Amino acid sequence: MTDSAVGESLAEVKDLGLARGGRVLFESLSFAIRAGELWQLEGGNGAGKTSLLRILAGLSRYGFDGLVSRAEVPLYVGHQAAVKGLFSARENLSWHVSGGCVFADEQIEQALQRVGLCGFEDTPSHALSAGQHRRVNLARLFLSEARLWLLDEPFTAIDAAGVSELQERIGGHVARGGAVVVTSHQPLHVDHTVHHLSLDGARIS
Amino acid sequence: MLLRRQLSLAIRRPIEIGNPLVFFAIVVALFPLGIGPASEQLAMIAPGAIWIIALLSSLLTSDSVFRSDFDDGSLEQLLLAPQPLYLSVLAYLCAHWVVTGLLLALVSPVFALMLNLPAEAVGTLMVSLALGTAVLSLVGGIGAALTVGLKRGGMLISLLILPLYIPVLIFGTAAVQAAVSGAPVGPFLALLGAMLSLAIALGPLATAAGLRISIDA
Repeated sequence: MTDSAVGESLAEVKDLGLARGGRVLFESLSFAIRAGELWQLEGGNGAGKTSLLRILAGLSRYGFDGLVSRAEVPLYVGHQAAVKGLFSARENLSWHVSGGCVFADEQIEQALQRVGLCGFEDTPSHALSAGQHRRVNLARLFLSEARLWLLDEPFTAIDAAGVSELQERIGGHVARGGAVVVTSHQPLHVDHTVHHLSLDGARIS
Repeated sequence: MLLRRQLSLAIRRPIEIGNPLVFFAIVVALFPLGIGPASEQLAMIAPGAIWIIALLSSLLTSDSVFRSDFDDGSLEQLLLAPQPLYLSVLAYLCAHWVVTGLLLALVSPVFALMLNLPAEAVGTLMVSLALGTAVLSLVGGIGAALTVGLKRGGMLISLLILPLYIPVLIFGTAAVQAAVSGAPVGPFLALLGAMLSLAIALGPLATAAGLRISIDA
């Protein structure tokens, strides 16, 4: 990862507004995500957390008001694991559709070890559990060189030990000058300032 | 890289490769039953029949090109990937062509024999099928991209894509018929080649746009 100047803007949102099904989820939302910042999106079910994250990632391009700009391609981890059952964990990562053969075998092994999948590297993924699928996907956090991470409910289906390991990783990334946006209903336990963005009434604190 | 990924996925599900071929074989076997085993009659309809079946089997499989990736979220990741979507789409469709169209072209002499197609036309049949099915895969990709977000896209994809298949059918059949009657086949194959060039240039662009729309919805 390239060390970036803390404070450099990685993504910016101006006057963002979104309505779904005739209901305004949020409007005139403006903020910038800078290097070294950790953001937590909060809000009840249906508050628009995932929608906002998809807009930030660039997956949603229409149907909202306002401007979104990104400095680079973010790492997006969504609800779906993007894990192919026919591939082993190792193949899923080395042949991942976003990236392409850039990871050495040892890197992948290390990453899988970090997410607690040591010994499962070559098991076909259809033999793994839902939580293990999520872990295979989250191993990308240990491989990716993207500075901006957009994580949608990353702790779903992960056990307590895995959650604290992940939070440590998120904290480490922010400390190294990355930026992370997390949607989660769980409080984050990191020694870092967490910017809270609550979508119930769209308040930034 | 993506090409290799898609091909290994396909090889680990041999049934998906085998199904179109078996479909092809069964429909070819239906013709003598429906029309009667008179060999002249069969030979007369053989070029058209083989091409129509190739068209249908390509249509049946094109629905699945992006389906599983859409279902498990890989497609989202593909759209966010740093490499150009044009190339990714081309790799997907190329893999689809290799396991359907190219394979079909390779085994087509067997089916030509079943329909009593004259031996001198078999070479042309293989070449025209190889070229033509590549166009079919590329055009089918557009329909697949547009309907991937729908639960039952199968019928809609036929309605969208079949009209676009017609030129390929016309010139593919014409090439084989020309070979049967001893006329030069070069112009027809050249036309198929031209269609392929056009499809390679423009098809993935339309497919990429279709995927973006489907993911956005």
